[in-house]
Amino acid sequence: SVSPGDTSVLAGLYGPAEAKLSKELPDRAALEVLLRPKVGLPGVLERSREQLLRQTCEAVVLGVLHPRTAISLVLQVLSDAGSLLSCCLNAACMALLDAGLPLAALFCGVTCALQPDGTILLDPTARQEQDARAILTFAIASSERKVLMATTKGSCSVEEMQQCLAAAQRAANTIFQFYRDSVRRRYSKS
Amino acid sequence: LSICSRTVEPLEYYRRFLKENCRPDGRELGEFRTTTVNIGKCLRSITTADGSALVKLGNTTVICGVKAELAAPAVDSANKGYIVPNVELPSLCAERFRSGPPGEEAQAASQFIADVIENSQMIVKEDLCIANGKLAWVLYCDIICLDYDGNLLDASVFALLAALKNVQLPLVTINEETGLSEVNLKQKNPLIIRKHPVATSFAVFDDTLLIVDPTAEEEDLATGTVTVVTDEEGRLCSVHKPGGSPLTGAKLQDCITRAITRHKEVKKLIDKVIKSITPK
Repeated sequence: SVSPGDTSVLAGLYGPAEAKLSKELPDRAALEVLLRPKVGLPGVLERSREQLLRQTCEAVVLGVLHPRTAISLVLQVLSDAGSLLSCCLNAACMALLDAGLPLAALFCGVTCALQPDGTILLDPTARQEQDARAILTFAIASSERKVLMATTKGSCSVEEMQQCLAAAQRAANTIFQFYRDSVRRRYSKS
Repeated sequence: LSICSRTVEPLEYYRRFLKENCRPDGRELGEFRTTTVNIGKCLRSITTADGSALVKLGNTTVICGVKAELAAPAVDSANKGYIVPNVELPSLCAERFRSGPPGEEAQAASQFIADVIENSQMIVKEDLCIANGKLAWVLYCDIICLDYDGNLLDASVFALLAALKNVQLPLVTINEETGLSEVNLKQKNPLIIRKHPVATSFAVFDDTLLIVDPTAEEEDLATGTVTVVTDEEGRLCSVHKPGGSPLTGAKLQDCITRAITRHKEVKKLIDKVIKSITPK
């Protein structure tokens, strides 16, 4: 589970396991993502987020090494205090790391909020997200800091988007360092 | 002599075309398919809807119908109306869509359209309010795909924009004595549309090549997609890149510049069609 500030998401990964005939793909693993909100039933917003997460994970997981299998990623939102999507992305990547699945690259999620006065805030709280003019979420890959996934809420100019992207790419370094430290800690105990 | 069949090895078949910088249907990598749009009742789109439009992007056909109804506004936002978009991918549009509850693609598209309306502020919800706390308009926008040949998001946004431009809302007044609403069907006002967002979709091939306006076949072979929504001021309403191969910031910038050019073409087309149907 990953929690920046008060936002908390629990991720569980199952696989590669046997897939149902209807879902299996002949040449690669079939990835499935289930996102459960804290309160209520999953709705259209959860479906669209599941699609974002699934396609991001499909781009890094080397599915061709496990054909005709199913990999299920279940994410449960424990608390939401802003930057939920990037928290889900980080939880998903750590779950993939923990499960030992073959990955082409690591990825991390970064949320940028554009304040009305033009300043860029990283990992905004729920309050900051509400006041912001635009919220941009990026999934940055560990190889050359390329953009794996991008979603925006609110409108912004092209220059502002490029600035947010640059800030997110710089912040990605901190997150990847956190991944390294967590994994080192986990394996140094046992 | 290697014989590449389109059905046996589609990716290799495509790569041979991409090497020559063109595509099997004859288009350049940056060329869009022919876009046609039919708006409104006189062109026989949907006669029972308050606003409708039919958009064809090559073979992809999307129809949008807007119905306006009255409802009480929500307690926490008493001066706001509602816009409810719904994208449907019925089983008649492509063989991969089965009948039954909406699949992931339809739900993700509905969420995308709702986000575009919200982000671009094309319709301000306060404009839909008739009486604070008592009555407001609800616009149900139903976007149905009749033929799926790739690039659903572009066609849907275009159809939505065209249909909303066509909507005429009757004047509604609240009778002071009875407290009931009175709808005056004789007097109609067009909807106030503040911004005109236009979506441009790209498919990414082999992590490097970007092609514009993908067909269904190209979407299946692509390693990723990017959709950029811009408005007339060159502002970004949405950058939607749902996973897929990683792109550098420069490539993303390239997509955005092309989206801004496309916006101008689409805007011209809409203006031409609207002018041709307004009776003057």
